[in-house]
Amino acid sequence: MAMDYFEYLRKDKMPHIWCPGCGHGTIVKSILRAIDKLQWKKDDVVVVSGIGCSSRTPGYLDFNTLHTTHGRALAFATGIKVANPKLHVVVVAGDGDSMAIGGNHFIHTCRRNLDITLVVYNNNIYGMTGGQASPTTFKGSRGTTAPYGAIEDPFDVCEMAKAAGASFVARALDLDAVAMDRVIVAAMENKGFSVVDAWSQCTTYFGRQNKWGSASDMMDRYKEMTYNVKAADKLAPEQKAGKFPLGVLHQVQRTEWCEQYDKLIESLKARD
Amino acid sequence: MSEHAKRVRFLSGNEACSLGALAAGCRFFGGYPISPSSEIAEFLSGQLPKVGGKFIQMEDEIASIGAILGASLAGAKTMTATSGPGLSLMQENLGFGMMAEIPCVVVDVMRGGPSTGNPTGPSQSDVMALRWGTHGDHPVVVVCPASIKEVYYGTIDCFNYAEMMRTPVILAMDEITAHMREKIEIPAPEELHIEYRRKPTVKPGESYFPYQPAQDLVPVMADYGEGIRYHVTGLNHDKTGFPTGNPEIMEEGNRRLLEKIEHNKEKLLKYEEYKVSDAEVLVVAYGSTARSAKRAVDDARERGVKAGLFRPITLYPIPDKALQAAAAKAKRVIVPEMNLGQYIMIVERVLGHSVKLSGVNLVNGEPIQPSRILSAIMGE
Ligand SMILES: Cc1ncc(C[n+]2csc(CCOP(=O)(O)OP(=O)(O)O)c2C)c(N)n1
Ligand code: SF4
Repeated sequence: MAMDYFEYLRKDKMPHIWCPGCGHGTIVKSILRAIDKLQWKKDDVVVVSGIGCSSRTPGYLDFNTLHTTHGRALAFATGIKVANPKLHVVVVAGDGDSMAIGGNHFIHTCRRNLDITLVVYNNNIYGMTGGQASPTTFKGSRGTTAPYGAIEDPFDVCEMAKAAGASFVARALDLDAVAMDRVIVAAMENKGFSVVDAWSQCTTYFGRQNKWGSASDMMDRYKEMTYNVKAADKLAPEQKAGKFPLGVLHQVQRTEWCEQYDKLIESLKARD
Repeated sequence: MSEHAKRVRFLSGNEACSLGALAAGCRFFGGYPISPSSEIAEFLSGQLPKVGGKFIQMEDEIASIGAILGASLAGAKTMTATSGPGLSLMQENLGFGMMAEIPCVVVDVMRGGPSTGNPTGPSQSDVMALRWGTHGDHPVVVVCPASIKEVYYGTIDCFNYAEMMRTPVILAMDEITAHMREKIEIPAPEELHIEYRRKPTVKPGESYFPYQPAQDLVPVMADYGEGIRYHVTGLNHDKTGFPTGNPEIMEEGNRRLLEKIEHNKEKLLKYEEYKVSDAEVLVVAYGSTARSAKRAVDDARERGVKAGLFRPITLYPIPDKALQAAAAKAKRVIVPEMNLGQYIMIVERVLGHSVKLSGVNLVNGEPIQPSRILSAIMGE
């Protein structure tokens, strides 16, 4: 039976603020399908965000929702998860929110391995504030603060997550809902900190400034810039050069923070 | 050993604060080390897991206050502890806690500033930062103890005020209060008065309005995971918790944040009056400086000067009426502080220009000696 999105949406908060062609909405649908598939009870789900277009997501969702300060969602989420480990905590953030102002929280949450899923709506630009360059803006791409093209090298969200110790790392494009669903479900099932680099197009700012065309033209570009990690072996090095792999890129077993802490509590009881 | 003797301890302020927090029901601490507050984090990292609570060392102070606000939304009584530089980093999320009305306790052990300043020396130079540090008009409750016993009970008061008012509450110590040791008898748990946030009583199907003020202007608060799903944001919001651009609702909401403190002020005010009834020279002092001030008042009395001490324990909201009453007969008012004149601005606002006001100020990392305050009282 097809799922009913309205079961999870706050209908009275529609219409949403996102521009026509913005990729954020399709990521939200993937998140909802994943939660539905996992049959999480709405009362047990907390969705936390920072500030940005992407961070408006929680307001539309019928869960326990928290719209915090710019970049700080993971810090709040850490407190929620540690205080009540039974809650399913999902964090949504923009590339600016999670990789610039929230970069320190990002790497340390990866290191701690709390059972939280972070979905980065990565549109390579600051949408909400009008199209300034972000830490994932491609070198040479324009932003309103990079009128001659960005001169800095960008962060790769997945490489950052892996290096900092996230136990699950994946990338998917908003245009491929099936793949997006698959990685978000797997991220949520992973008992530990999971990062999904979910590519989304900002038609209004990135698209216009860089003359990338319509939403579907932008998606075509994303497709050209990426390849399926499962096909990586079959591709020649030059076919992969400068491109981004898609799919589950990294998964390791690591003790989850709350489980570790519970063991500590138990061991202290035993000592008394 | 008798039960009574067993409960007598010789504690530092930081230890008394930690024990007070545990007694108040604190079960989550997120913090980042900084002198002169670090002993609180160290102490609680050992004690919290023993009572089933959680300690987490965060990556910075921005994360620390974020974590305690999140944990509070999930139902825990929470605390963090810091000093000047950390307090500066916390300001944005402190404002979030005030706007979103999330109870928590922030301990600020004041050291010299600005910047890294004097990490190990006493100071009272955060007194205005505590009032106005975060942007926007916002409600502030600050408790400032002067003895170890007062640190213990003051910490419990902070938790109680936070839960009663649904707002972050600050315990402001100076380095002397944090590090000196005094004897204290730890009360039995049943002797303590402990407050808990008021919970909604809505039945399934009924709406819960997380920002609908109750009679005392404080809205009741549901915890995440309890079966009532609601939205929390730092944007201006209406009673439902969702953002609003309606000018009337924004005006009302912003005003209520301040009014809820004003309305409940009497429940939050603590102060000490010492020999004020006939005082012609009134000293207004707080924290460890008040200990020097008390001695100076006694010395002045021995020399025939009618001196008195008014000591606000609650710095904010301001105990204005009590201060005015204490200063009724005063011709001169002296405000000694380990800063260059901060609370004196408040005193001036409360007392107006009818009295002659002067400060005794020191920012060299040393406490203000009674003799300096005495000189000021004697008009030397
Ligand atoms: C402390 C602070 N600095 C700056 C801002 C302004 N600001 C709001 S959203 C944003 C960037 C949003 O970009 P991103 O996180 O990539 O999300 P998007 O809007 O593209 O979804 C900025 C800089 C802010 N709200 N708070
Ligand atoms: S500005 Fe960009 S990111 Fe924001 S809603 Fe519009 S398209 Fe999406």
